[in-house]
Amino acid sequence: MTEVAPLVTSETVNVKKIDFSRDALAFVKTQAHDAGLSEVRESGYAAFESLPFPTRKTEEWKYTSLHALTQQDYNQAAQNFDLEDASDLYVIEDLDAYRLVFVNGVFVEELSDSISQAGIELTTFSQANDKQRDLIAEYIGNIAETRRNLFTALNNAAVEEGVLLHVSKNIQLEKPLQIVHIVSQQEQASTAFGRCLLVLESLAEATVIEQFVSTNESQNLLLNQTTEIKIGDGAKLNHYRLHTEDETSLHFGGVYVDLNRDSQFESYQVALGGKIKRFDVLVNHNQAGSHCEMKGVYLPKNDQHVDIHSYIEHISANCTTDETYRGIMADRSKAVFNGRIHIHPDAQKSYANLSNKNLLLSNKAQINSKPELEIYADDVRCAHGVTVAQLDDKACFYLQSRGISRPEAEIMLSFAFINELLESIPLEPLRKNLRPLLAQQFSSNQDLTQHILDEDSGVHSEEGAS
Amino acid sequence: MLTIKNLQAKVEEKDILKGLSLDVKPGEIHAIMGPNGAGKSTLGNVLSGREGYTVTGGEVLFNGKNILELDAEERAREGLFLAFQYPVEIPGVSNLEFLKASMDAIRLHRGEEAMDSMTFLKLAREKCKAVNLDQNFLKRGVNEGFSGGEKKRNEILQMMMLEPKLCILDETDSGLDIDALQVVAEGVNSQRSPDRSFIIVTHYQRLLDYIVPDFVHVLADGKIVKSGGKELALELEEKGYSWIENGEA
Repeated sequence: MTEVAPLVTSETVNVKKIDFSRDALAFVKTQAHDAGLSEVRESGYAAFESLPFPTRKTEEWKYTSLHALTQQDYNQAAQNFDLEDASDLYVIEDLDAYRLVFVNGVFVEELSDSISQAGIELTTFSQANDKQRDLIAEYIGNIAETRRNLFTALNNAAVEEGVLLHVSKNIQLEKPLQIVHIVSQQEQASTAFGRCLLVLESLAEATVIEQFVSTNESQNLLLNQTTEIKIGDGAKLNHYRLHTEDETSLHFGGVYVDLNRDSQFESYQVALGGKIKRFDVLVNHNQAGSHCEMKGVYLPKNDQHVDIHSYIEHISANCTTDETYRGIMADRSKAVFNGRIHIHPDAQKSYANLSNKNLLLSNKAQINSKPELEIYADDVRCAHGVTVAQLDDKACFYLQSRGISRPEAEIMLSFAFINELLESIPLEPLRKNLRPLLAQQFSSNQDLTQHILDEDSGVHSEEGAS
Repeated sequence: MLTIKNLQAKVEEKDILKGLSLDVKPGEIHAIMGPNGAGKSTLGNVLSGREGYTVTGGEVLFNGKNILELDAEERAREGLFLAFQYPVEIPGVSNLEFLKASMDAIRLHRGEEAMDSMTFLKLAREKCKAVNLDQNFLKRGVNEGFSGGEKKRNEILQMMMLEPKLCILDETDSGLDIDALQVVAEGVNSQRSPDRSFIIVTHYQRLLDYIVPDFVHVLADGKIVKSGGKELALELEEKGYSWIENGEA
């Protein structure tokens, strides 16, 4: 079933502006791939070829420079990483989950669980049986949209390995599915691809965590990861996308979601900064009554960059969207948030709310936030709000007047800014693991973070003072 | 305890305090009354070290230390406490987390060990009860969504937890109904001791029915213009501040 596409001479992808397309496509052709994926690969190839390389004048990439990409040649990633220490990078304490682990884009069976639950098809593309291959062929590339994002087109063109989760009608996935992507330092700059396909049939339910981590060293691997999600009538997906890689990491990602009648998509996104980190989330309210709830935090510092674009398409009537993103930018870091809500003419009785609040911790930090509402129906309720602020002097003084040092007061107030969103994460072990991880972003000095992490004394404590 | 000599301070180039002197001994309660704009709140802010208030002259000794040289947090650790007129709301920081951070900082400064969580929690619940706040308030964000009265009671709760040497109550009675006023007054009275002093800044004599001061001072145009015993407050209530400002006294 496997065929090898025609080889081209160079095995190196020379990612330079001028010949970026040609070399990236040449790279795609070097891959061995599954015949069932030919169609998506070819259309991805064509889309990629037709799209111009983004520049500062490309609206979707206005504030995210791809300059860093053009500084070196890229090789296909090698799996050169000591697997023995891997679990330290991704284990979420007390979380009972089905786990699939990829290292530098390659599936690692010995770190992964094999799952058998009736009504569930869960496999990697490379291990898919005939039935599963049919499912992959049916959905892949049909949800992801390539016209806005060159890198999704490239992902289509390069698709080879990935994860399929198919949940049959009325079935609940018994445990959360944790899909781990580890990247590690390569001898030379490299690139790797990831793909995920989540299909929930009518009234199915699942929780999926997409987790991106790296080894604790300088990174030179560009991970391009696309996720497609189809949520059937009345079905519900809890989705997490956690980016906690090293600050030198390079990531291009896309999450594309199709919602059927009365379905629910709840997504929680956490992103530390990277050298370039960009992900798009596109949600299509294709049928009436669907609900989308998205919450995200981004926390770049030093010279990091993070860029989140969200697109919500209200195509049908009676759908709801609630979108809340909060960012804290420190040092010289930059963040981009673009939130677009598009109400189509037939989408009467839509409700959509977008809130984006930003905290700048330094005079040199930057946020470019752009909410966009485009409304073509007349009976809708839509609102958006963006704020950019610095730490509140009054609140800081209040804490200091009670003996708390200025540095600790600043950390408490910064953490407070995202605390509300963290608290709303329904998966308790994840919440508990994220708190120290995110607190660490504000200071590595434990004396300064001890009180925000004290489990007995927080708004975060279930038992607290009862 | 506290000696203020000829204190002068300005806010945004405007002179507010113009030579204020005051001597507070351990265990004493001093009430400071005066018309709007006299500098009452400025006094509290200057003493607690708020940024934006520039001291242009005079000195403030707190237990022999010149506190004007200290940061706000250092003054608090030395035992100075300001109950705010308008306590700020801080969503996302729980009252408990805030109190623990505060207690730990102050105890560390005193050379005491940090209180263990269980003892701390027990104490916090006890004090909650004392100021008639539901224990749920401990879990909530600092002052978040609290009513005016609840915010003031939360200030008194903090005061009880931190056991300061000198408490400055900045118009703690403003906006309180009579029941809340009594709760606040009882809280303050329970904290009276031979080595703890209070400065009570207020517009109205009403609070002084419940917290009986040793001294009453009238602050007008940045200076103390008249001092007396508790009966002075009654006299002010009857005759108004113009009685003093007009030099009729």
